Amino acid sequence: MNYLILSTITFLPILGVVILLFIDKENHRLLKGITLIITIIDLILSLPLFFSFDGSSSAMQFVEKVLWIEQYGISYHVGIDGISLFLVLLTTLLSAISVLACWADIQKRVKEFMICLLFLETGMIGVFISLDLFLFYCFWEVMLIPMYLLIGIWGSPARRIYAAIKFFLYTMFGSLLMLVAILVLYFYNFKITGIYTFNLLDFYKLTIPYHIQIWLFMAFALAFAIKVPMFPFHTWLPDAHTEAPTVGSVLLAAVLLKMGTYGFLRFNLPLFPSASLDFIPIISILAIIGIIYGALVAMVQKDVKRLVAFSSVSHLGFVMLGIFTFTIQGMSGGILQMLNHGFSTGALFLIVGMLYERRHTRLIEEFGGISKVMPIYATFFMIVTLSSIGLPGLNGFVGEFLILLGTFKANTTYAVLAATGVILSAVYMLWMFQQVMFGEITKEENRKLKDLSLREIIVLIPIILFIIQIGVYPKPFLSRMEPTVKNLITHVYNKADVRR
Amino acid sequence: MLQPIIPELIILITALSILLLDLVLKEKDILGYLSLFGVLVALLFAVSTTQYGSFFSSMLVIDPFVIFFDLLFLLAVSITILLSLHYLAVEEKVHGEYYSLLLLATLGMMLMVKASDLIIVFLGIETLSLAIYILAGYLREEVKSNESAMKYFLLGAFSTAFLLYGIALIYGATGSTNLNTIASYISQENLLTNPLLLVAMGLILIGFGFKVSMVPFHMWTPDVYEGAPTSITAFMSVGVKAAAFSAFLRVFLSSFPSLRANWVEILWILSVLTMTVGNIIAISQENIKRMLAYSSIAHAGYLLIGMIAGGELGISGMLYYLLAYTLMNLGAFGVVIAYGTKQQENVLIKDYGGMGFKYPLLGFCMSVFMFSLAGIPPLSGFVGKFYLFSSAIKEGYIWLTIIGVLNSLISVYYYLRITVLMYMREPEKEVTLSLASPALATVLTITTFFTVQMGIFPSAYLELARASIQMLR
Repeated sequence: MNYLILSTITFLPILGVVILLFIDKENHRLLKGITLIITIIDLILSLPLFFSFDGSSSAMQFVEKVLWIEQYGISYHVGIDGISLFLVLLTTLLSAISVLACWADIQKRVKEFMICLLFLETGMIGVFISLDLFLFYCFWEVMLIPMYLLIGIWGSPARRIYAAIKFFLYTMFGSLLMLVAILVLYFYNFKITGIYTFNLLDFYKLTIPYHIQIWLFMAFALAFAIKVPMFPFHTWLPDAHTEAPTVGSVLLAAVLLKMGTYGFLRFNLPLFPSASLDFIPIISILAIIGIIYGALVAMVQKDVKRLVAFSSVSHLGFVMLGIFTFTIQGMSGGILQMLNHGFSTGALFLIVGMLYERRHTRLIEEFGGISKVMPIYATFFMIVTLSSIGLPGLNGFVGEFLILLGTFKANTTYAVLAATGVILSAVYMLWMFQQVMFGEITKEENRKLKDLSLREIIVLIPIILFIIQIGVYPKPFLSRMEPTVKNLITHVYNKADVRR
Repeated sequence: MLQPIIPELIILITALSILLLDLVLKEKDILGYLSLFGVLVALLFAVSTTQYGSFFSSMLVIDPFVIFFDLLFLLAVSITILLSLHYLAVEEKVHGEYYSLLLLATLGMMLMVKASDLIIVFLGIETLSLAIYILAGYLREEVKSNESAMKYFLLGAFSTAFLLYGIALIYGATGSTNLNTIASYISQENLLTNPLLLVAMGLILIGFGFKVSMVPFHMWTPDVYEGAPTSITAFMSVGVKAAAFSAFLRVFLSSFPSLRANWVEILWILSVLTMTVGNIIAISQENIKRMLAYSSIAHAGYLLIGMIAGGELGISGMLYYLLAYTLMNLGAFGVVIAYGTKQQENVLIKDYGGMGFKYPLLGFCMSVFMFSLAGIPPLSGFVGKFYLFSSAIKEGYIWLTIIGVLNSLISVYYYLRITVLMYMREPEKEVTLSLASPALATVLTITTFFTVQMGIFPSAYLELARASIQMLR
């Protein structure tokens, strides 16, 4: 009995939207309060997913399936496994934190903002739980609109519209080609089995001829590579991140980027195993370029947010590298690092946002010596920075270590190159931290800055706790992933006997 | 004996009564309501038709295809009448002839889809076109309206001449103008490579191409749409296009199925041109009516994909798409009408700045229509495009689908631009709306609701489309 828990978690925010529609738009407190309550309820509802998850099974759990558009064989089919479990939890947690984080930040059109946030949450969770390709595509596209509005309406006035349109068109370009691939898959399945269906689990059973696999792999990969973002499809990211409002950046970095890597794990690898194995060199090299290039560009940024944006490119390069090692360590490391990146980078954007709220600038040169006036802030900032770098004892280390372990097994050269990325990330993060927080107070305005308020501390505490927990005792997370990862690798190697 | 054409007779009688009553009545609004009443009565009769078959010595045919399109036309004209009630009051130009002509145009459309003889097709097209030519120039005092009527008339007459010439050549080649007779004659005498026939087919294609705004026969569309009264533009973009497609489908699928290999090739090129030209030129438009004109050209291109793919999926996909498109386009024009007054037409795209927050309901409706036209789930526009693209992939037209999909992306830019202006920019000038009438509110509610509903729960409509084409081949 699963009590339709996944659907409830997904559509509860829509109920929130309906409630919000009846509230007067001037009553900001009530609007924010209700949104917060809804997201917290959603978070609480998602906790049983973690605790009741059968860690020994690689099958889909909490499955719900209902026929939707019969003529096409489209069903409303959802479920989670060891990969998507954590992404759903990450989404609910960060959505709740985001609502609390933007409490003081958003003053204009609060009602519409909260409605956008709730729609976004539904879309994000929907993407991770869909097991029907048509449903997945719907959620994938639907999720674009609230993000586009968030960036375009509440972003920083300078280039928000440009960033929003770029984000929308770039992502949609990839997904439209993915739509063509989905349709080809659908009709190929009909040709083989005689049944019209979009059920992903049925598609897993197909053995697709190699020449078709290559094209389908590329079409899907394009859509996901844009989302990750992999080099050279990453150019939308710095603009979208810098111009988005704080909460937008948090959700974009923490959740939306994961959809790209999730897509590779859920679709590209199991559906097109031969193609996946053949693409290892290309993807790995692009990932390494992403790691090093992202780090190098991050080093020369003057804007803190843009620096963090490029660090995302770098970190997600690690994830992609880990996934394409096809070793248990590499893949588990990759999935764990997806979670870790969500926490660390999400926290980084929150922290940068807090500084922006006080000084309305993100330029590094405008700061300096902040730790003197904001000690609590400095502590949190330090922890998050170290987590991002991958200091042992914190979450980043576990993920990166596992990834590098897997990469060493697969290809030593790649591992050596990737390891330099670790050093580079330490360089730009510590340099940034030093410029902003240490040294003398060079600007007078910085003297009067107030330290963290209670609300801001509450926003950061859950993330810090997870950062430490995963760093010290990652077993509960890794153990739940393991069967799914093992199953995926076995599936790929079994089916990859199909050759040209 | 007159049973099959009862809906047409009702429309005709209503149209004539309105003309007569117009002479006597002072209160012209009643004529609008009377026309609506007539349409609804005709709708009732059209839906309850049970007799299928050929009538009037095989001049007319009634089948589920006809019922579907009759429903579509009557739906389109009733929404147009509601829009007109508001629009004509705003423009302070209420005349009975308007409603009469609108009904006569509908009569022409209904005749076109029932035709199983080329002469009847021609008759239907002319009835429709003449009424629309006059309606396009309805705003007599405005130069643009006069220009649009003249342009449409001249170009329309010219293209109908192509159609007529084609019909004449068909008669020369096959000895008949009856669609089924032509088909059997072609296969019997094995005329597949007869040059006369191929030329005739090309000429008929040109005639229809003009009416559906295919490139390169589309040049009239932006100017005519821009100049005509907005309620007529709305009607033209959905009703006339749907009627033209219905006749196009009927003629080409009934008479020329054996020549498929020939016309599919040409249509492929025309479809790609139509989509691409429509979408690319729409980007640079400053006037929303012109933008919607180019968008409707692009949508004709998408519809042609369904025709190229053929098969049950392709043709029923076109029917679903026409229904979805009718509703969302009428809705979009409804918003355009709502947003203007007689003094201040507000048809420039930049006038839409800040509309989303100043008039939230109107902004929301417009957003729904823009997203649906762009093909974003879970709206009806997406399902329609999905249906058409699937049909193309099923028949192996992968490149056509890729081009279609990339065109959708291009179109996203200019549809999204409207939402950008509505929500992300400040209003540049003070905009006052005409007072909302219940008629306009009804239109916007119905169109918005169904655009969303047809997208989330499309099964019933897909089934309807599928059932409508059963007897077509």
